[in-house]
Amino acid sequence: MSTETDRSDSGEIAATKRGHRVRTIGTTILLAALWLLMSGLYKPMILGFGAASVLLVVCVARRMDAVDGDQFAIRLKPIPFLAYMLWLLVEIAKSNWAVTKIILSPKMPIRQHLFDVPCSQETELGQVIFANSITLTPGTISVETEEGHFQVHALDYGDDDMDALADMDARVSAVDGGRA
Amino acid sequence: MMETLVNILSWILIVSGSFFAIIGAIGTLRFPDFWSRLHAASISDSAGVILLLLGMMLQAGPGLIAVKLLIILIFLFITGPTSTHAVANAALVSGLRPRQLPSAKPGTDAEPAPDDENQQKQGDAS
Repeated sequence: MSTETDRSDSGEIAATKRGHRVRTIGTTILLAALWLLMSGLYKPMILGFGAASVLLVVCVARRMDAVDGDQFAIRLKPIPFLAYMLWLLVEIAKSNWAVTKIILSPKMPIRQHLFDVPCSQETELGQVIFANSITLTPGTISVETEEGHFQVHALDYGDDDMDALADMDARVSAVDGGRA
Repeated sequence: MMETLVNILSWILIVSGSFFAIIGAIGTLRFPDFWSRLHAASISDSAGVILLLLGMMLQAGPGLIAVKLLIILIFLFITGPTSTHAVANAALVSGLRPRQLPSAKPGTDAEPAPDDENQQKQGDAS
């Protein structure tokens, strides 16, 4: 009995070790690519500095991994996410124009309101995307995140605001890959 | 010919980006209280920054600098709303309550501020 658990334990440890190695190599490649992209100088000295800092960062990251073992996986559907970003850009343009009109109009017709918006995302990443999308569109700011709903502050609250936010919520949920 | 076209387009983008940055500043000055000013500032944050960076990318042409500008844009897309949320949340937690609509239900989390009567009057006027 004990030997069996031992074997499965060692198997698990081997699997996590392999995972660590894959992630270390991935981090190294990513950091090196970022350095080459950002520096744009390909002299030996600069490349040496780059290699040294990449190694240092990887070492520190490995030690941090050993300390807190925090796993972070991005589960997004890439093509729907790009489509969502384009849709969001259009929304940002529209609401920018709306708020600009309010600022430039002599009377400044604002109806401020703080209200709750339900959110249906399963993952924290999805909730972050939804809350940041709300804040990115001028005229609405996500103020507080609570279990299952956000508190949103609107500059010019209209009756169709809730529908617009529910639409955005559904779109973010469609992009969100969900819990694995 | 092509170069002039790209130049004209990039100048349109940069000038309109500057326009929105100035609009954001004007709104920050004109709006009555903290919460509405936050909304005005987010205009220069979103439209101003996006248009300016797109215009600069056209000026830079395809290459390393354009990629760097794109990366700056992506970072600003993540950090901008996060910092706005942090400021708004700090205000809410420290007790600064936004002005509510007269029709808003009482007893919710967002209770009216003590000087609600003043604000109510202004709200009715609009």
